[in-house]
Amino acid sequence: MKCPRPIIEIARRIGEVGIGAVVELLADDPAAGPDLAAWCRMRGQTLVTADPPRFLVRRES
Amino acid sequence: MDSSSGEPMLPDARQAWLDAQQAGWGDPARLHRPGRLAAQALDQAREVVAAAVGARPDEVVFTASAAHSNYAAIAGLALGRRRVGSHIVTTAIDHSSVLAAARETGSYTAVEVDHEGHVDLERWTDAVGAAGTAAACIQVANHEVGTLQPFMKAAEICQRADVPLVLDASAALGRIELADAGGWSVLTGWAGAFGGPASVGILVIKKNARWRAPYPTDDYQGGRWPGVPDVPAIYAGAVALDCWLRAGPTIGRHQRQLIDKLRAGIAQHIPDVDVAGDPVRRVPHLLTFSVLYVDGETLTLELDKAGIAVASGSACSASSEHPSHVLAAMGALTHGNVRIGLTWTTTDAEIDRFLAVLPPIVAGIRATVGAS
Repeated sequence: MKCPRPIIEIARRIGEVGIGAVVELLADDPAAGPDLAAWCRMRGQTLVTADPPRFLVRRES
Repeated sequence: MDSSSGEPMLPDARQAWLDAQQAGWGDPARLHRPGRLAAQALDQAREVVAAAVGARPDEVVFTASAAHSNYAAIAGLALGRRRVGSHIVTTAIDHSSVLAAARETGSYTAVEVDHEGHVDLERWTDAVGAAGTAAACIQVANHEVGTLQPFMKAAEICQRADVPLVLDASAALGRIELADAGGWSVLTGWAGAFGGPASVGILVIKKNARWRAPYPTDDYQGGRWPGVPDVPAIYAGAVALDCWLRAGPTIGRHQRQLIDKLRAGIAQHIPDVDVAGDPVRRVPHLLTFSVLYVDGETLTLELDKAGIAVASGSACSASSEHPSHVLAAMGALTHGNVRIGLTWTTTDAEIDRFLAVLPPIVAGIRATVGAS
């Protein structure tokens, strides 16, 4: 159950912030960077910074 | 439906291998009868490969694997061009053996690709034209997602810059027309990819290529690959290639339809799935897709329980801890990845069954992890 866990978590939590707000995600999984970028593309969110293990995602929708 | 580590041996290839063992072929360098039979078989094998790639038979060499061929090609051109430099140019999604060989020679550039995997030709031109570039290497088609590279344009660019090009044809040999593939210096391939033995690598070196063997050699294969060639295996590999050259266009057309059906069916029946690669400009038999919120290992195991064998490029299912560099470079989702390679015998019924079996499996895994 390892590799999708950070993405599952951010998908679950993104609704807790308002549109335009930024969520910080900490993940040391080597797939986290590419998959977060892909998830943002698939979900219409914005990956603001990718500085593994720290990522910032802005909610757009 | 996993041919990523090689397609199962075609029946004709297996029979040819058995017949060759029975005939007791010997060392092709020897003058006795078994030796002469082996030499003839080796010549025939070279002719089949040469015709498939638009080369001369005496330019064809057989190695031990695709990885060996890719290393020999890249390191050999780097050695031949060492007075110019040692920088290698390749793409970000070329095979890991190509990237490893490029890393070994010194420095390299892995030119970016777009979201379908096509190399950026402007950046390719800049990299190839840079001072100190010894050689370039591009795949004909990507081994994971199937996307066809603009390899002929890439070759033209290399010719204009007078940089020798390695064409990694591993995923394409036997599946698309390569007899007029353009200006390459060295071409690599692997019999295991098309239902020949896994122990046969293919290395075609043009007569005028600035290539020097980067390893110790002997008198076999014109001093280009050492050791007594495994002629029965090589011959079986050539028989497999010959099967594809004859029936390939028909089977390839059918495979293309099956992959089209899979692409459409997956997108239609599985929400939140990322289907990778160019849907049209691709080899007929490969497909990769990634399923959001699902881990690749569980997906592979569940499909296995349902009697379906697939590969995965996800980090958790690979022997390394890292996700597919191909998918990552394309910006494609890497987790929940399924890699499909159709074989000579894949049927419509198998595809229909896969499409029936996959959605409930995905729904089940997503329910378990509480993902929407």
